[in-house]
Amino acid sequence: MTDQMIAPVRPETVDVDAAIGILKERFPDAVKDDTREGYVGVVVERSQLVEVATAIRDELGFDYLSSATAVDYLGIEDSMEMVYHAYRISGGKPLVFKAQTPRENSSIPSLIDIWPGVDFQEREAYDLYGISFPGHPNQKRILMWEGFNGHPMRKDWKEAYYEAELKPFESRWPKGYVRRSEELNIFGKNVAYPADFDLSRLSDDTEASLYAGMGLGVDVEALNSDEELKTDRLVVNLGPHHPSTHGVFRMVVTLNGETIETLEPVMGYLHRNHEKIGERNAWNHNMPFTDRLDYISSMSNNLGYALAVEQLMSRGMRYTPPTYRAEVIRVLMVELTRIVNHLWAIGFLLNDLGAFFTPALYAIAEREKILDFFEATAGSRLMCNYMRFGGVFKDIPERIRSTANLLNDKVRDFETTQYLTQLITETLPRAVDELDTFLTDSEIIKTRTIGVGYLPTETAIAYSAAGPLLRGSGVAYDVRRAEPYSIYPELDFDVAVRYNGDIYDRYLLRIDEMRESLRILKQILPRLERTKGESFFSGNKAVYMPRVAIGEAYGRVENPKGELGYYVVSQGDPKGPQNPWRYHVRAPSFINLTVLGQMCKGQKVADVVAILGSIDIVLGETDR
Amino acid sequence: MYGVGILKGLGVTIRHFFNTYVEDLRYVGKKLNNTQEFERRQGVDSTGLYTVQYPEEKIAVPERFRFVPFLVVEDDDHPERPGHDWCTSCGICPKVCPPQCIWIVRSEDPVTKRPIPEPEAFFIDIDICMNCGLCAEYCPFDAIKMDHDYELADYDRTGIGVHIHDKEKLSKPFSYWRKIAPTTAWEEAVDRGGWEHIDVIKQKQKSGAPIAKPGPTWDSPYVPPIVPVKEEAPAAETAQAGGEAVGTAAEAAPVEMSAEDAAKEERRKKREAALARKHAKEQGGEG
Ligand code: SF4
Ligand code: SF4
Repeated sequence: MTDQMIAPVRPETVDVDAAIGILKERFPDAVKDDTREGYVGVVVERSQLVEVATAIRDELGFDYLSSATAVDYLGIEDSMEMVYHAYRISGGKPLVFKAQTPRENSSIPSLIDIWPGVDFQEREAYDLYGISFPGHPNQKRILMWEGFNGHPMRKDWKEAYYEAELKPFESRWPKGYVRRSEELNIFGKNVAYPADFDLSRLSDDTEASLYAGMGLGVDVEALNSDEELKTDRLVVNLGPHHPSTHGVFRMVVTLNGETIETLEPVMGYLHRNHEKIGERNAWNHNMPFTDRLDYISSMSNNLGYALAVEQLMSRGMRYTPPTYRAEVIRVLMVELTRIVNHLWAIGFLLNDLGAFFTPALYAIAEREKILDFFEATAGSRLMCNYMRFGGVFKDIPERIRSTANLLNDKVRDFETTQYLTQLITETLPRAVDELDTFLTDSEIIKTRTIGVGYLPTETAIAYSAAGPLLRGSGVAYDVRRAEPYSIYPELDFDVAVRYNGDIYDRYLLRIDEMRESLRILKQILPRLERTKGESFFSGNKAVYMPRVAIGEAYGRVENPKGELGYYVVSQGDPKGPQNPWRYHVRAPSFINLTVLGQMCKGQKVADVVAILGSIDIVLGETDR
Repeated sequence: MYGVGILKGLGVTIRHFFNTYVEDLRYVGKKLNNTQEFERRQGVDSTGLYTVQYPEEKIAVPERFRFVPFLVVEDDDHPERPGHDWCTSCGICPKVCPPQCIWIVRSEDPVTKRPIPEPEAFFIDIDICMNCGLCAEYCPFDAIKMDHDYELADYDRTGIGVHIHDKEKLSKPFSYWRKIAPTTAWEEAVDRGGWEHIDVIKQKQKSGAPIAKPGPTWDSPYVPPIVPVKEEAPAAETAQAGGEAVGTAAEAAPVEMSAEDAAKEERRKKREAALARKHAKEQGGEG
């Protein structure tokens, strides 16, 4: 005790403000406070970014880079910047640092040597913003195809269906010029091209550049001359249309015999530029769009976005935080979502191991009942669109009932509290136990998963892995505890953690997490009872175009698949309808894939599918 | 020991297999097309696996289920304004719609060029509509509602009136909304202070005409007629009784009550509801 008091404060334990102070002292020329209204953190001179980042990681202890993304300030500062959110793996607030670059010939040094987890994120910034990252070994487009014209997230880039800069569009009311939006497409009905359009000019060298680095055309004889068994080196494409890839996702692997030498994920097949849509949208327009990210856990996607925007709103006037009942309902929904997601993930892991669909269907049988509840409350099973800024869409219904309607005269009717209580205290625990009994000791599962897809702790942190992937590798990092939100501080639960970092541990971890979620849900039930009849929304529900204070915010939640973050910037003019200036999604599925190549190296080709299944990705979120 | 895992796994399959057929045997012949059975099979206690035999059999959707919106219009037998739009073309829903798939042409008075509170044309592109429900949520006139009819497939997707629903295709009577979403319709009516469109209610309040008010609880068998029939004494009476009940409930709500008072209030409401039920039954018996 006395020792500690005498010893000087260790920089890796000081809080964020003090850390920034230390940083400014060390780099007086390179590090400046970000003084813009509503902004936090520091702006780093880009020529010294690498040194500063190294200090942030090694000296100040911010070892986990959660998010790295670009913003285009065209018309405001006429520059672009990269925004980094670095956290400590022990928890706490982020150190936000930014590096600015002019829009022309923009370049920012790559941080890949410090945090390998920025790999895909920098490629994304290169792809969508055209910022180049000297030092990045594989700077290629990632979501768009090689040869795509322009960088779509730049503010001056316009999409084919472009109508106006911001929604709501003028043409909708009071003179509604109705037409099909396909007519806005410059290619007409998708088949006719403009007269001067030369198809042969379109080139796509993606494939060539992809394969070139993967050892095609290598002389096998010379390469394997010492080995007893002569093996050929082969490039194999898994996907994009492959049942094991959970969507349209492709892995290009080089095999030496059956062993994987390199693996490169190829994605973007489902890319729709979610973020560009998000920046055309007004604030509340985005809520239903977030459903479409991780479409298995739309409730928690909603919550992340609501938290980010509420952070911004709380800085303005006339903001009341969500009511207690709203928070209780939110936690109820997101924890049910976690169970839904993990049931699904475990079911599909079995699928990936070769037990086709039968176990998956058993695993998701109980999920159906949760979805019924979602449907009765939010109106939809998957696309819930349930959270609002300041609360939720509607209170939980008194009865879960399907009354006579035009399609079917058959009636279902449950008392909601009873239904939920039974679900949470009986049905779901039984389902989890059942999975546990039948799967955990199954020797097939054990042989296929133990020791496979090993991810060491340090690698997991360095690669910004999140969620079950991180916790399965022995890091007890859970946003619900590391930087608590909603009513999690008053709830009693443990962060599940497993230490072996293989597929089996990730599976066990999901079982643990479902149990912890059930523990939380059991504490939620009495709170639901107690707050019955209280308001589920704070503020004025009739406000359809909320005003959002100027500034930036990063809201993050522990999604079932990992840390989901929303980086939002508001530059709104206080009179007109307001739209986000920047809307970025830190998608856990996307960033967790960064480490896939590492995990698969040296494994057998049949294991790739299982390893991918154990990460648990969803393409709606990966490709955005 | 090797093999146990496989046996266990197969055991699960066999158990589900038999459960499914045990159910079949126990309810032989009446498993399908039977209201009680369907309910039980979809309930929390169901065992075994079953398939909903779509399209012969459809899962009933809950009230809040949302699909492409429709426009509420007055019923055809409405005495004052049959078929009149509830929409006042206020312009909120086209603004709040995330994919911007609503187009409205506002009517104008041909002479004064002042806007008339009724849309001249109203379009929703159902290919673009993402069924988010925001339009219905923010409409201040309860004029646009989410439908339950999800079977909208068509052989042709181009052209207005096919996948761009126009006003004719969108309009459905208010009684339809009450049928598919009785609770929600009731809650909204309580908020408005009567069953009718808010503008009509305001007008009637001014002129002192009787207003059809929703009953004290949404599922009480006593639901006053949408249109008060003035000639018949009993109907007018019921309308009045309903009005009273809601009046007190609405008054009581904003005032903060102690738990005791609330309990008292609750009992009183229940008693009233019971009386109303009795009343309705007597009427039915006589008729
Ligand atoms: S919000 Fe309601 S009243 Fe206003 S235009 Fe839309 S449907 Fe009509
Ligand atoms: S449901 Fe949503 S997308 Fe569809 S018309 Fe209404 S607001 Fe627009």
